[in-house]
Amino acid sequence: MQFTAPQFKDNAARALADPQLQKALTNVEKGFIGKRAAAVAALPEFDALRDKGREIKNHTLAHLDLYLQAYERKVTESGGHVHWAESAEDARRLVLDICQRVGAKTVTKGKSMITEEINLNDFLFEHAIEPVETDLGEYIIQLRGEHPSHIIAPAVHLNKEQVEEDFRRVHTHLDPERDLTAPETLLSEARQVLRKRYFQADVGITGANFLIAETGTSVIVTNEGNGDLTQSLPKVHIVVASIEKLVPTLEDCSQILRLLARSATGQDISVYTTFSTGPRRTEDPDGPEEYHVILLDNGRTAMLGSEFQDMLRCIRCGACMNHCPVYHAVGGHAYGSVYPGPMGAVLTPSLFGVDISGHLPNASTFCGRCESVCPMHIPLPKMMRHWREREFEKHLNPATARYGLGVFAFIAKRPRLYRMATAIGARLLNLIGGSKGRITTLPFASGWTSIRDLPAPEAQTFTQQWAARQKQGA
Amino acid sequence: MSQAQNRPKVGLFATCLVDLFRPSVGFSSAKLIEEAGCDVHVPIAQTCCGQPAYNSGDTKDTRDLARQVIEQFEGFDYVVAPSGSCSAMLKKHYPDLFKGDPLWEERCRRFADKVFELVSFLADVRGMSQVKARLDKSVTYHDSCSGLRELGIAKQPRQLLATVEGLELKEMAGSDVCCGFGGTFCVKYPDISGKIVSKKTATIAESGADILLAGDMGCLMNMAGKLKREGSTIEVRHVAEVLAGMTDGRPIAGSGK
Ligand code: SF4
Repeated sequence: MQFTAPQFKDNAARALADPQLQKALTNVEKGFIGKRAAAVAALPEFDALRDKGREIKNHTLAHLDLYLQAYERKVTESGGHVHWAESAEDARRLVLDICQRVGAKTVTKGKSMITEEINLNDFLFEHAIEPVETDLGEYIIQLRGEHPSHIIAPAVHLNKEQVEEDFRRVHTHLDPERDLTAPETLLSEARQVLRKRYFQADVGITGANFLIAETGTSVIVTNEGNGDLTQSLPKVHIVVASIEKLVPTLEDCSQILRLLARSATGQDISVYTTFSTGPRRTEDPDGPEEYHVILLDNGRTAMLGSEFQDMLRCIRCGACMNHCPVYHAVGGHAYGSVYPGPMGAVLTPSLFGVDISGHLPNASTFCGRCESVCPMHIPLPKMMRHWREREFEKHLNPATARYGLGVFAFIAKRPRLYRMATAIGARLLNLIGGSKGRITTLPFASGWTSIRDLPAPEAQTFTQQWAARQKQGA
Repeated sequence: MSQAQNRPKVGLFATCLVDLFRPSVGFSSAKLIEEAGCDVHVPIAQTCCGQPAYNSGDTKDTRDLARQVIEQFEGFDYVVAPSGSCSAMLKKHYPDLFKGDPLWEERCRRFADKVFELVSFLADVRGMSQVKARLDKSVTYHDSCSGLRELGIAKQPRQLLATVEGLELKEMAGSDVCCGFGGTFCVKYPDISGKIVSKKTATIAESGADILLAGDMGCLMNMAGKLKREGSTIEVRHVAEVLAGMTDGRPIAGSGK
């Protein structure tokens, strides 16, 4: 995808002016929040589970090297292959090598954010291999040449009328009379088209929600079952996963699974939770002949031991963006990165550099709602602030903002000067406000007054008035 | 001011926004703290808690300002501020700033333990369960983010407001949703902030209340400024003014009486 995080402000302005998008975003705000709240309320031990989830991931990250080795051993024992990819480029190459070796023309894909991160689809296309997205949302955005705007609901930025239009445009076999107004009719239309593609595919690529060290298993959760067909029908199954997906045991995995769907969609559990361990064994009725796992680092080991390590606990549930006022206002595409919302604001600078992603950790009100719902207790605002600190140290933020702050800090550190400045300020603003007490434009404050009035103060500051009263009283 | 031997000494950290924009909140706070059996002191050299610098990544200036606040206020039994976000800054974030600092870590921790947001100080620390105030109007209460999520302030203001004679509380939908202020956010990203605050003013209007209350001047000025711009007549006030019965002066927005 095209990385447009540096144009965040323009992206946001466009998003705010897009009525279709604004309508679709209302669904995020109205839909996900209530469902999660109901699911959480129905599970008394939810908060205790969150603590447990954090503990499991912290423990895993502290011993990641050991668990990765144990995992690799288990995968190999079960007849699978583990490949290590340091960069996105390495991962793409590894996928391509496997595809080319088996002469693949078509690959089906289960929904996977990690393949978005490494921009796999474009790369496969360039090498004459057609990737087919099988998750309904992913399928829709692939038809549109777009990228996910949400990590669990990739097409959440669209309304169903837009999808109908796309289907009629691309599915030329469609009878114009056929009614496609209900979402289910769209789903069944997509299913019919996709069914054929599953059988054509030589390779199936999925991500993983978890990798289990104890058993060498990869786990995916889906609601459509598309992931299962993707990984069991073709002769080769490739799992692309980043290293922090690891958990030590099956038991750990099931604990975190209890958090995942509730936080994401408000379901107790997703419709399908699929465990794959190695290729098909002789006694198995089906399954792939080859099973490969590509383990991607792409900047993650550099986060270990840094102030951003906690971010590696993320299980990609999307709750943080579902509860984010900024995401509700501008949607996922405005962030200009694979990962939008609060988790993206922390992760994007880690993966792609803060010099080009600086807007993302700044475009937050620090309202803290993301942290309050994050099932893994990730302190997202705190980490966004860490990115702002790095930017400040490296002089990456705009000179005008630095200057303004510098002046403010200079004065605030000198109480007598501060008293004088605020006394003058109060008098001046009071005058400008006039009898209505209302300031509608103010030089150097257009960021404020372009949107709202500035309520004018009284003519004297509180400390002035307080000191005067103390004197009178004494 | 009554000076009794055993009355706790409270340093009132007015906050820079109250100092400059809303002195009545400072006086209302002082009145309430006195009613809660404490003596109020207002160190005249106080300036700002450092949040604008802190949230802009400027930790050096933030630390300087934090030391200044600690020096000015550590001598009091309590430090009270009529703002969730400034209180959270002093109570929760200052200690982070001095982690591992041999001179300041412990000193800062002792200071932070004494800091409270005004309404939680009245209700949780001083056990105040009733106020002496009357207001024959309906109000709606916005939960400012820092107070709500960092300090757990939600039921205390509502419980005290319920004891204001004549007052009716009409809850708005999503009272816990951010108003879009976010400190420097509202001027760095005015369009996004504008979108968020306009959703907020819509829910405020839907509540049907006469007055909007909150415990933070930043949020109040943002919502008041937007309501004014939209031509709304809804009054906006800091919750302390209502609890202290000091609602004679002009509101932050709206026509007032
Ligand atoms: S940061 Fe937390 S809330 Fe956001 S996607 Fe990750 S686990 Fe979910």
